[in-house]
Amino acid sequence: MSGARKGPTFIQLAPWIYTAALFLLWEGAVRLFDLPVTFLPAPTRIAEAIVQYWGPIWTNSLQTLYTTLLGFVLAMVGGLAIGLLIGWSRSIYAGLYPLMIGFNAIPKVAVVPILIIWFGIGSIPAIITAFLISFFPIVVNVATGLATIEPETEDILRALGAKKMDIMIKVGIPRSMPYFFASLKVAITLAFVGSVLSETVGSNTGLGNMMAAAQSRFNVPLVFAGLVMLAIEGIVMYAIMAWVERRMTGWAHRSSM
Amino acid sequence: MHLVNIDDVEMRYGGPEGTLAVSGLNVKMDRGEFVAVVGPSGCGKSTLMKLTTGLQRPQKGAVVVAGQEVTKPISIVGMAFQNPIMLPWRTTLDNILLPLEIVEKHRRRIRTHRKEYIERAEHLLELVGLKGFGPKYPWQLSGGMQQRANLCRALIHEPELLMLDEPFGALDAFTREELWCVIRDLHAESDVTVMLVTHDLRESAFLADRILVLSARPGRVIADHRVPFERPRNLDLLFDNDFNHLVQDLHAEIARARDAA
Ligand SMILES: Nc1ncnc2c1ncn2[C@@H]1O[C@H](COP(=O)(O)OP(=O)(O)O)[C@@H](O)[C@H]1O
Ligand SMILES: [Mg+2]
Repeated sequence: MSGARKGPTFIQLAPWIYTAALFLLWEGAVRLFDLPVTFLPAPTRIAEAIVQYWGPIWTNSLQTLYTTLLGFVLAMVGGLAIGLLIGWSRSIYAGLYPLMIGFNAIPKVAVVPILIIWFGIGSIPAIITAFLISFFPIVVNVATGLATIEPETEDILRALGAKKMDIMIKVGIPRSMPYFFASLKVAITLAFVGSVLSETVGSNTGLGNMMAAAQSRFNVPLVFAGLVMLAIEGIVMYAIMAWVERRMTGWAHRSSM
Repeated sequence: MHLVNIDDVEMRYGGPEGTLAVSGLNVKMDRGEFVAVVGPSGCGKSTLMKLTTGLQRPQKGAVVVAGQEVTKPISIVGMAFQNPIMLPWRTTLDNILLPLEIVEKHRRRIRTHRKEYIERAEHLLELVGLKGFGPKYPWQLSGGMQQRANLCRALIHEPELLMLDEPFGALDAFTREELWCVIRDLHAESDVTVMLVTHDLRESAFLADRILVLSARPGRVIADHRVPFERPRNLDLLFDNDFNHLVQDLHAEIARARDAA
């Protein structure tokens, strides 16, 4: 056991080492080629900007986190519900699936102006965009989990007199949970894309808005500071979702499903 | 009075132009009898199971089980397939208890009488040689152990009719022979009626009271052998001359049935 100790420790450290290496390379390249700060600011310059503008960065980060999470939670609830509905009935599947594919194919950037017309400038368009963009992968995953129930399992239960609802509760829903939780990791990152997109196109708050404003004033270090904050929020939320996934559906990783 | 009476049944999948799976099928089974069904692959053996349990309805003829025409799934059956399909998020014990959460008679009682049912499950686990494995998850069991647990699940609600569809097809020869003895003992200990679909002719001759040979698709019964060997049988029977003659006869019949198609 103690011999195997060394491997995992290095693997655990690897993300930090690689991240540090990236920033070092970046810093070195900027200094070596003497890149202008309006083109690519060095990490130290970005850190300065973070300290200097900490007040607005913090409020805008919270604002983006808030709209993203709200949109994501809506997508989680709605995606689970629609996914189960689609998996429940062949006719609902046949009717809804093409609609959703079409809807998902619409570039969300084209939807934001409409949302602003309907709901005005503010948090609501960002929440809805985050919802719209992260909803689809959840639906598809949940429906896949239901669609791949072994026919024999269904036969055994139906032969015992199981109603569709019984099969759904005893097999369908638990079986689709690993698919559901796996989709949350994808969905949370997409939700950030949605909310920032909406904030950038038309809003007066959030990191997207802050970065758009900084860009128009050629404050490039602040733009990058916004990007760093987004990356941090994205990684933290992803890690939380990955942890939730492991906690909720540990059995799926051990069995060969 | 037969427990199972399948009378001149015809069953076609997928509408009038679809696959005719069985035609002119007649099967009668007495209570407590052990009937094996053999035949070329794709001849309608699994279809016969589905018809008997009400999972499929025939277009022609009648299926009567326990004196009642089968028009929907009947809960007096227990089923086990080649693939044990235990639910991986439940322990072996909870997998075995699953039918009790479904069957009308038990689902109301299971919450209040859980202890009694757990005792029953543990008794079954002991019978199949899995004593103490209840709290383990299915992925912690070998294929043969999963199939043993699968048998427990098929029997937990004390079905009158046990349907086994090639249950040991995926197991190695030694594990399979062990499980033959498990089935033999389960059948000897209770008055359960068993229908066993298999492609292993020695398995059918070792276990069954009667062996039905089906024709190539559309399936119907072309031979009905009474297996003469005394019970209790033990594995030495596999090396008996009469036993091997029976197996050879069955083999020849199925080969002919396949060529006739
Ligand atoms: N659900 C189904 N839909 C269409 N055809 C089927 C279906 N199930 C079985 N069949 C066809 O019916 C025939 C008999 O199938 P089956 O009873 O499973 O055979 P066996 O179990 O003897 O191998 C086969 O030709 C098979 O392709
Ligand atoms: Mg079959």
